[in-house]
Amino acid sequence: MAKKIVDGRGSFCPGPLMEMIAVLKSSQIGDELEVLSTDKGSANEIPEWVNKVGHEYVSTVEKDGVWHITMRKKK
Amino acid sequence: MSSSKICVVVISGSLERLQMAAMVASVAAVSGSEVLVFFSMNALPHFIKGRTVKAAHEGEMGALMASKKVPEFKTLFEQAVELGDAKIFPCSMAMDVLGIEEKDLEDYLEKATGLTKFLHDGQDGQVWTF
Repeated sequence: MAKKIVDGRGSFCPGPLMEMIAVLKSSQIGDELEVLSTDKGSANEIPEWVNKVGHEYVSTVEKDGVWHITMRKKK
Repeated sequence: MSSSKICVVVISGSLERLQMAAMVASVAAVSGSEVLVFFSMNALPHFIKGRTVKAAHEGEMGALMASKKVPEFKTLFEQAVELGDAKIFPCSMAMDVLGIEEKDLEDYLEKATGLTKFLHDGQDGQVWTF
């Protein structure tokens, strides 16, 4: 299973979410995506979307003003 | 996934309204809703190919957004179509007034549509107006 980084730093909601979905479309089930975002709104929105749509939300970590949101493709 | 239908009617040409409409359409479209968007009045000229005029802002937020890396409303509308279940219809009356044809509009827009068809297609959905 691949692990991919989606760099959404500097963008604002819903930019990082849309960039993540674009990468998700070309990913395999089981792949892990880590989204980097400097936007706190996206740190809240992305887990919300992941749970709603039925993928697996893994974790959120903030480090030096950057949110690292990790999720796994389930379908 | 839900199977709700959301209709987004955009008539304003202001940056804030176009931005909010694009956010609602794109997020709804990638979250399992069927989204129908209708562009008319001052919103439609922004989707003519090759247009360089920027949408004017109404106030403080629009001015701030223009200076930051906020996703462009046109990109969000395109992503609504490409990544989600959205269809965007240009108003046939507005196209007649502008004297333009479908080939003059961005490729991710559907064929020209009148109100009769849009109202019929959207009658069982929520309606959001910008």
